Amino acid sequence: MNSTTILEIKDLEVWINNNKILKKLNLTINQGEIHAIMGPNGSGKSTFSKVLVGHPAYSIISGEIKFKGMSIIEIEPDERSHLGLFLAFQYPIEIPGVSNADFLRLAYNSKQKFYNKPELGPVEFLTVINEKLKFVNMSSSFLDRNVNEGFSGGEKKRNEILQMILLDSTLSILDETDSGLDIDALKTISNGINKFMNPSKAIILITHYQRLLEYVKPNYVHIMHNGKIIKTGSADLAKKIEEQGYEWLY
Amino acid sequence: MINKSNKILNKAITKLVNKTYQYGFSTNIEKDIIKKGLNEQTVHLISQKKQEPPFLLEFRLKAYKKWKQMLEPEWAYLKFPQINYQEIIYYSAPKSQKKLKSLNEVDPELLQTFEKLGISLTEQKRLANVAIDAVFDSVSIVTTFKDELKQYGVIFSSISESIDDYSELIKKYLGSIVPIGDNYFSALNSAVFTDGSFCYIPQNTICPLDLSTYFRINDKNSGQFERTLIIAEKNSQVNYLEGCTAPQYDTNQLHAAIVELIALEKASIRYSTVQNWYSGNKFGKGGVYNFVTKRGLCSGIQAKISWTQVETGSAITWKYPSCILIGENSQGEFYSVALTNNYQQADTGTKMIHIGKNSRSRVISKGISAGKSKNTYRGLVHINSKAFNSRNYSQCDSLLIGNISNANTFPFIYVQNSTAKIEHEASTSKIGEEQIFYFLQRGISLEKGIELMISGFCREIFTKLPLEFAAEADKLLTLKLEGSVG
Repeated sequence: MNSTTILEIKDLEVWINNNKILKKLNLTINQGEIHAIMGPNGSGKSTFSKVLVGHPAYSIISGEIKFKGMSIIEIEPDERSHLGLFLAFQYPIEIPGVSNADFLRLAYNSKQKFYNKPELGPVEFLTVINEKLKFVNMSSSFLDRNVNEGFSGGEKKRNEILQMILLDSTLSILDETDSGLDIDALKTISNGINKFMNPSKAIILITHYQRLLEYVKPNYVHIMHNGKIIKTGSADLAKKIEEQGYEWLY
Repeated sequence: MINKSNKILNKAITKLVNKTYQYGFSTNIEKDIIKKGLNEQTVHLISQKKQEPPFLLEFRLKAYKKWKQMLEPEWAYLKFPQINYQEIIYYSAPKSQKKLKSLNEVDPELLQTFEKLGISLTEQKRLANVAIDAVFDSVSIVTTFKDELKQYGVIFSSISESIDDYSELIKKYLGSIVPIGDNYFSALNSAVFTDGSFCYIPQNTICPLDLSTYFRINDKNSGQFERTLIIAEKNSQVNYLEGCTAPQYDTNQLHAAIVELIALEKASIRYSTVQNWYSGNKFGKGGVYNFVTKRGLCSGIQAKISWTQVETGSAITWKYPSCILIGENSQGEFYSVALTNNYQQADTGTKMIHIGKNSRSRVISKGISAGKSKNTYRGLVHINSKAFNSRNYSQCDSLLIGNISNANTFPFIYVQNSTAKIEHEASTSKIGEEQIFYFLQRGISLEKGIELMISGFCREIFTKLPLEFAAEADKLLTLKLEGSVG
């Protein structure tokens, strides 16, 4: 691995309910790279994203995940978050009774605390969050609503991107962030992602559609099938998939 | 997979809920007790110890006879071994030679006990805006601000003293709202009650202080049977707070209380409880059995009674603070948070009995169940045939934590007048693994996440509590849930 490697996965095998979902998966991601992962339903894409952020439902049988050169398999999910891993969920869950403002501030302050930095009070935080809201074109009225409760599909996805920007993650995994979005929302979100991206960061886009990749340009496109990456190519690979499907790859 | 994440969730719930009970200590003090067991002789002895007038002994004996004929109610959704009423001590009081004239005569050990509970009774440290009646096992130790309140005509004293000093009022109202034979536990209480608080707010008076009673069970084998009576005369207002704790014992203590409230024309009573009796250990051993009858009567027009309760303690809670709305335009309210964990069981709710025209009631109940506990809301809304244009709004929300807790709602609605308007809303939600994981992924610890969800769930109730209590209640819930997730 070289000094700019953010993520290094070696021979990763993951089980759930006695089914092997990921089989000897290998992937290396360097700073400044955007990787797209495509693949048919049930190929293991979402499992992969959840394993990276430490979802307790999955057990890692063998293999290694190194983040910034450090093995993270034994590290708790909240600490992985502090270290700079972020997952934009495919289906962001509703949290009744908890306002977005409180939630976002607590998330922000938890990270601040982890790095021994000062935590922000509600008023100071407002300045910080208002700045970030502009990235995803959201109004501040959105802060008073409960987390994801009654949000439209587009609002939920924008909220995920907002959190990514707020937490300033190093490696962000966006799990089908583009699905269910109309073209305007897709543009807004893509803009947010592009403004956020910089040479020190990396992004994994999990998607079914070439559409997103027109706005957020990937350096690599991987095809996942049956728990493995079976092909890696450039952005052109995604175009070919869009036209011909996956069949020709098997 | 589900198993593993559940395990993690349950581990966290357990950790959250099983924070040591900080009020679990007991006080070693010389006691004056009547030996355990209940018979007619016991009732005579209690009355004698308290040097009561004959009318009260009669009241007690009548209640005892009634109790003998009754059976323990079985309709509640509660399971517990038969209570042996002959193994209970019905009178246990700290020994003192004479009647206490001032605080200086109170056993310092007792003052220290209350100090440890966060209740300062001494002049220098007591809360400036709350008058407190401190009840220890069977007797009231001291009542603060008594004389200051008297200047406003407000009576606030232990019920024992009031029986001597205000016997006419007691005679008139005691047992008028909760009749002796109302239920098994009210009959028991009426026979053996030992102390409690008496409040009287005269006409056109807004009580200048919040009134508060702090109940402490100390003795291992004694029951606590207290009685509270609050009378708000025409056009008066009072805020009343009640707090309860008990030491940590392996055995169960019985607490069977009665609270009676009377609000006359345009009077308003707000009654708040934070109940934190010892709830037993995480295996369900020990804890207080809490069988309480609380009822208020809005007798005059525009009278208002509001119950707020935060129930976090007790192995068993059986409690239905109710309002009888006789006065026209009278109002009844019930706001409740009931939290159960481990093997705790709660069957709690309210009854709103509408008799007067345009009477209104509002019921908001929030049940949180964690561990293996059972949490039941049981409510009755009864609209009498004469209660024209009366209204009720009820909302019952349950929150489940983990996969083995239990929540139930039993709402009963009887309407005998077609002009009434009744609304009932209910919801059940669960703090699920995916919600927890969402918090974790954003770097928010499990405890913080649960705390945020719980306080969001209860916010509506906490805003009804007096300020000093609201912060405490929030803290208490978090404390009780510590270790319950994750």
